[in-house]
Amino acid sequence: MKLTIRGGRLIDPSQQLDQVTDIHIDDGRILALGQAPAGFAPERTLHAEGQIVAPGFIDIGAHLREPGPSYKGNLRSETKAALAGGYTTICCRPDTSPCIDSSAVMQQLMDKVELLGQAKVRPIGAMTKDLEGTHLSNMAGLQHSGCVAVSNMRKPIDNTLILRRCFEYASTFDLRVVFYPEDSWLRADGVVHEGALASRLGLAGIPAAAEAIGLSRVLHLVEVTGVRVHFSALSTAQAVEMIAQAQAKGLPVTADVTMAHLTYTEAEIDGYNSQFFVQPPLRSVADRDALRQGVRDGVLSVISSAHLPHEEAAKMAPFAASEPGMATLETLLSQGLDLVADGVITLPQLIERLTTGPAQAMGIAAGQLAVGQPADLSIFDTESEWQVSDDNLFTAGENSPLMGATLKGQVKTTLVDGAVVFER
Amino acid sequence: MKPTSAPQNPADPRSVQLTEDGKLRHFLTLGGLNKEILEEILDTADSFVNMGEQSVKKVPLLRGKTVVNLFFENSTRTRSTFELAAKRLSADVLNLDISTSATSKGETLMDTLQNLEAMGSDMFVIRHADSGAQHFIASQISPNVAIINAGDGRHAHPTQAMLDMYTIRKHKGDFSKLKVAIVGDILHSRVARSQIQALNILGAEEVRLIGPKTLLPQSLAEMGATLYTRMEDGLKDVDVVIMLRLQKERMAGALLPSESEFYRLYGLTTEKLSYAKPDAVVMHPGPINRGVEIESAVADGPQSLILNQVSYGIPIRMAVMSMAISGQTQQKAKAAESNSDQSNAATGEASA
Repeated sequence: MKLTIRGGRLIDPSQQLDQVTDIHIDDGRILALGQAPAGFAPERTLHAEGQIVAPGFIDIGAHLREPGPSYKGNLRSETKAALAGGYTTICCRPDTSPCIDSSAVMQQLMDKVELLGQAKVRPIGAMTKDLEGTHLSNMAGLQHSGCVAVSNMRKPIDNTLILRRCFEYASTFDLRVVFYPEDSWLRADGVVHEGALASRLGLAGIPAAAEAIGLSRVLHLVEVTGVRVHFSALSTAQAVEMIAQAQAKGLPVTADVTMAHLTYTEAEIDGYNSQFFVQPPLRSVADRDALRQGVRDGVLSVISSAHLPHEEAAKMAPFAASEPGMATLETLLSQGLDLVADGVITLPQLIERLTTGPAQAMGIAAGQLAVGQPADLSIFDTESEWQVSDDNLFTAGENSPLMGATLKGQVKTTLVDGAVVFER
Repeated sequence: MKPTSAPQNPADPRSVQLTEDGKLRHFLTLGGLNKEILEEILDTADSFVNMGEQSVKKVPLLRGKTVVNLFFENSTRTRSTFELAAKRLSADVLNLDISTSATSKGETLMDTLQNLEAMGSDMFVIRHADSGAQHFIASQISPNVAIINAGDGRHAHPTQAMLDMYTIRKHKGDFSKLKVAIVGDILHSRVARSQIQALNILGAEEVRLIGPKTLLPQSLAEMGATLYTRMEDGLKDVDVVIMLRLQKERMAGALLPSESEFYRLYGLTTEKLSYAKPDAVVMHPGPINRGVEIESAVADGPQSLILNQVSYGIPIRMAVMSMAISGQTQQKAKAAESNSDQSNAATGEASA
């Protein structure tokens, strides 16, 4: 199919592109920017005047709830939510039920993905069997069936020798590791940031040192094994500093922060609001500010969604008894635009952290508006206001902390391989 | 508009418990309450304190009301005093002990509460192992049911703290001249947190916390307390010593090496009590572990107010229950009035 998108503001920070011009698509790929090639006759023209045309967003670590209990969501609902949020590629997490630790589970998942034909799904496989932290998973098999990385998610691998073996084995295949750094002993039964607020509320705290210790252990093993590690969902100022030092030393490490940790602080939980119960916990203002600086500097090259859909009942309990996580894919862009409006980051920085940043971190060829690239695009405006409600979210998750709020900026059209897969 | 805080954000527990006019309608925490309300509780308790000696031990303040004691954690003493307090206020009382395992899922907890609410309950007295559980319940159920916190996790035990304040006021008078030390397992203590808040609101000269660092979160200083690790320093010149109960399971492990070492360092003996002012009083929320946190000679000695505390538990709970029911009634009348104002703008009758 031949398609022209007319009059949009094309932004692709990887090529320093920021220009109002047309983009022409043929056979699923970008054919030309600006002037149409001679004789090009589009079958469809999309009008994007006043809108931004960006590479489709890429997420690391969204939970697509497939396989798993459908009352929390499924591949259909969550990839639809992804498209509505401007995402075209999701590197989904492996702690599903059963978990993605074998080629068989991978095959079933990828068959479903193909059948749906919506967003591209590039799963992160389990690094150990059943994520139990004792036996290596069939990493080569997982990679062969389409995994871009392996991870043990938040399940601890307390035995450092096993962790070293995991890294050595993954690096054999140049397979990336996604790591959520946290010392599980220090975390213990903690649910919130350790500090004055946790003490007053009587909730068990997780010290910032838990993240620094978890991170330090892995950084030493990166030096030993040479494995590529992407650290996900960093929450503390110390972690940003440690990543910056590791990168300066030349270690092959990248890192992300979730939009929640860039936006909120622990103050949100005063009142025991379980909608703000996330892992790692929301931390202090100083931590949030350091994370913002890390995003500006590029130490944190990715902003992730940590999308984790739940049914309403999962949050209807006293704080520590509720289930952690937020449904975020469809509101993340608006929150990012809020950060832009507040001068925290620029629009090109926001787009870069949602496109080329994650593409490079996961080693996938995507996230660019370059001729010859697959035409995965997100077209959005930055001004239109919309109210978040159950009726206009596609996710099955009923746990958006922004339910009822009025947000600015919304995705209008999403294209995957040159096909319009979402429009509103 | 900045979407940084969501509209469904349940209000702060400190404001949820007050009516629009600033009266108590729930009693969840002492945080955010002012000195006037705390003094009103103490004064109201004063009017009930001699009832135990009268031949008819009842007042009709809660006549026709149903009070449900909902204990998700076991408790004999606290539940009994709430039950007696409710009965002396002429309420109908239902006691329910619910094992936590059966209600660990939120839906079940909500189902339980909605069922009880549907039976026409007016007040829930709740103890729960999760910090913030009562606040969650108060924000989710009908506004017509008053919630009284009988202890939630490590967060708060406001009626215990108020009976302690009552004891202090009765025996030591003016809070502004008092140094108060709280000793022991501060980390896990909801009683200590409520006491720190109460003492600060009532204007105590100094609140001290004493314990080993494993049981003394440094961040608690921000609630308005000075931290000490040595009894000699912490007890110096204090007027009130409050000992906390040390749970048996915490005595040997990573928090404390042994019962004997704890007793040697932090157990209140006659010798250690001598660091305090000569007329200092000794309190304990009970039940006491003799020879673990307190010596028998001190617990039973002339400076001990431990049994007085127990007897003040009933009038304090009567005070809180009657004030919350009165706040609820006023709020309901106000809501009804504003409803009728909306439906019939011409009427202008006085409120009840």
